[in-house]
Amino acid sequence: MWRNTQDAYGLVSIILHWLVAFTVTGLFVLGVWMVELGYYDRWYQRAPDIHKGAGVLLFGVMLAHAGWRYSNPPPEAIGSVMQKKAAAWVHRMLYALMYMLMLSGYLISTADGRGIHVFGLFSVPASISGLHNQADIAGEVHELLAFALIALTILHALAALKHHLMDRDQTLKRMLSIKH
Amino acid sequence: MKYKLLNGIALTIVLTVPSLLQAADYLIDTEKAHAFIQFRIKHLGYSWLLGRFNDFDGSFSYDEANPTASRVAVTIRTASIDSNHAERDKHLRGREFLEVDKFPQATFVSTGFTENDDKTAVLTGNLTLHGVTRPVSLAVKHIGHGPDPWGGKRRGFEATTRLKLADYNIDFDLGPAAREVELFLSVEGIEQ
Repeated sequence: MWRNTQDAYGLVSIILHWLVAFTVTGLFVLGVWMVELGYYDRWYQRAPDIHKGAGVLLFGVMLAHAGWRYSNPPPEAIGSVMQKKAAAWVHRMLYALMYMLMLSGYLISTADGRGIHVFGLFSVPASISGLHNQADIAGEVHELLAFALIALTILHALAALKHHLMDRDQTLKRMLSIKH
Repeated sequence: MKYKLLNGIALTIVLTVPSLLQAADYLIDTEKAHAFIQFRIKHLGYSWLLGRFNDFDGSFSYDEANPTASRVAVTIRTASIDSNHAERDKHLRGREFLEVDKFPQATFVSTGFTENDDKTAVLTGNLTLHGVTRPVSLAVKHIGHGPDPWGGKRRGFEATTRLKLADYNIDFDLGPAAREVELFLSVEGIEQ
């Protein structure tokens, strides 16, 4: 039930997958929305604080996900050799983009040595700071990566739907339920 | 030999006399940072937010005998804005404020200088900021002048002025108390 098997995802993988999926989508929407807020908007301070705090927590979830995936490999992909290869590369790109996004976000907020406060629970200290135009460059990179990640996520979701609707296989179902 | 000596004297006169008669030119000492361009703006109407531009250069000329002929020109690299908070500076450099990619420089070129008897003066000129050029007037105070300990001569002024952000097409609403920004400039020139 908890662990992955040869052909099914366990509950831990399913929860981690959807937790990451909803957090990434939420952070994207929040990010796009918050940068347009007016100075007197009541969310002007709160929204970026939530964005940063959730981003830091997502990093923790991603590490847990990586650890779990390493110790408990996912079921084998379904499809042709080419499809499997493509899927594996999209997954690698998704991970790479997410980690780079979190790193670039961290570099914006810590550009002048300030740490990131995570919902008043703890702070992540700055490490790399004071690089020339650090906040600006990291900001541009962060925005570009965010759109790239969402584009790739859409591709990932469309591929899952294709498996479900056209190939009529278990790819999507097994990420939605432990009994199929 | 005699000819050479005369030539030398003539040359000395040619080089010396104008500096006695004409205005002295000064290079603003940004190299050793004895010059500052600071701004302050009300935050919500409750306090002052202070910042500065770190990268600028300029020069002025000043003639004690004819101060009206004084001239000043300053160029500011707008990307060097520094309010001691990287995320705020990023915002200030961005499209809602200074748009430093589009308008990397702000310039001031004087058009007039009227000195009072009490070491104060009014400096007028054209300020180009965010792509908009407008006449501005600065209240100037002559702080001091004289030899420095390293063989040069220096002269320094402070100046203040106040700008309406909307005049320079900076429209981001920071609230009713923050429509204007005050500038404080402190410049020390090294005589050239």
